[in-house]
Amino acid sequence: MIEMQNVYMKYPNGVVALNGVSVSIEQGEFVYIVGPSGAGKSTFTKIMFREETPDNGQVIVNNQEVSTLKWKEVPHFRRNIGVVYQDFRLLPKLTVYENIAFALEVIEESPRNIRKRVMKVLDQVGLKNKARFIPDELSGGEQQRVAIARAIINHPGLLIADEPTGNLDPETSWEIMQLLEDINASGTTVIMATHSQDIVNSIRKRVIAMEDGMIVRDEHRGEYGYEI
Amino acid sequence: MKFSTLKRHLKEGAKNTWRNSWMTIASVGAVTTTLILVGIFLVLMLNLNHIAGELEEDVQIKALIELTTEQAAVDQLEENIKSINQVASVEFQTKDEELDNLIDSLGEQGQAWSLYEQDNPLNDAFIVKAANPQETGQVAQQISEMEHVYEVNYGQDYVDNLFAFNEYARNIGLALILALVFTAIFLISNTIKITILARKKEIGIMKLVGATNSFIRWPFFIEGMLLGILGSIIPISIILSGYYYLSQNVIMIQEFSFVEILPFHPFAWQVSGLILGIGVSIGVWGSLMSVRKFLKV
Repeated sequence: MIEMQNVYMKYPNGVVALNGVSVSIEQGEFVYIVGPSGAGKSTFTKIMFREETPDNGQVIVNNQEVSTLKWKEVPHFRRNIGVVYQDFRLLPKLTVYENIAFALEVIEESPRNIRKRVMKVLDQVGLKNKARFIPDELSGGEQQRVAIARAIINHPGLLIADEPTGNLDPETSWEIMQLLEDINASGTTVIMATHSQDIVNSIRKRVIAMEDGMIVRDEHRGEYGYEI
Repeated sequence: MKFSTLKRHLKEGAKNTWRNSWMTIASVGAVTTTLILVGIFLVLMLNLNHIAGELEEDVQIKALIELTTEQAAVDQLEENIKSINQVASVEFQTKDEELDNLIDSLGEQGQAWSLYEQDNPLNDAFIVKAANPQETGQVAQQISEMEHVYEVNYGQDYVDNLFAFNEYARNIGLALILALVFTAIFLISNTIKITILARKKEIGIMKLVGATNSFIRWPFFIEGMLLGILGSIIPISIILSGYYYLSQNVIMIQEFSFVEILPFHPFAWQVSGLILGIGVSIGVWGSLMSVRKFLKV
């Protein structure tokens, strides 16, 4: 699914975000990325869907060499990857339904299929009765569900979540984790960057710990391993 | 592209034009001003060119024959003129015909000249046309050196002046219009840049879910086109109504003159189409210029 070899990346301001990262992630895995702020967790996820391009090294996602993708190929490459952020990134003026349908309009799905698929995914994340609400009328957890619904509506093989529970209270976080586990159970690879010790230690999965742009620990059913 | 997608782009483009109404008014104003000037300029230049062309076609040499010339010498002169290479046609015009023409062309006042019908003071003449209007001067020069030629007249000076003026006006006009066109493009690209800034988040999400660049570009393309179309409404109305008025009123003056302005139909429509085309190009160019930078993410 994901293969990285000696990936090196330096931002224009001189910060070395990734300093020789090599990792292999199989289809269907659930992986936590942990580590202090500035350790390179976000960059690590960003190069997977070509929001950043590494300076050196090989990144293969879905059997595609990411750094050699042409500009024209990037949109199609991204359609097989779902992305969820801490700040949800919903469009405030659109309803829940429209926010999710947006992801399908963009790839020119037919209006009839859009309706069917949006209703189905809303059912899946448990928000069928909130379709006509706008994001501001929802709780944080509900907004994150909308974002997740948008990310998985194209049945991506890979779901990248950058601190998805960062803005949520503990209880809501558990609900979101339940949803992510369900998605993972259906075969989607989930990669989740997080600062939550509770989650990592309770729902045991593979843990990749990063510091200063390097992977310092990689263990299955691992622990968070940092003091808060 | 699917029809439902096109519908979406049209809706988005129109919505953005409406949402940023102040900037829309500013850039539509700039396009309007530009196009009004472009339109007036086009009408003037094309008509001047047309008139100059007509005049040039009409340029002929009138070689007046000395009053005392024998008929044989006149025939000989005709042969000599015909033997000049660049001459296309030679026509003999008696002094009576000449007088009739003069009386006709002067209208009311011309009647005074009819007194001369009994004792015509004019010369018989050869009307000579050069094969190429530009060579008229040379031919006239050669004829004037022949025997029994009293005087050679031709309208070349007049036409030359008109062409020179035409070119002069064209250069100034072009410079002015180019400057205006660029101002309008700049304003439009700024207008659209503002709508892009407002939609930066939306574009980011579009890219996140795998929208192609052309998908993102379309609504802006349509917005630019709309600004161009809105900007050409007033100029086209001015051109159509103004030229209609002009073509109605200039006819009265024309009775005295031998040139005509281009007819309202189809000329005014052609200019209108051209103005619409320029307006749309300005809008589209401006919009694509401003989107370019935002897509490289």
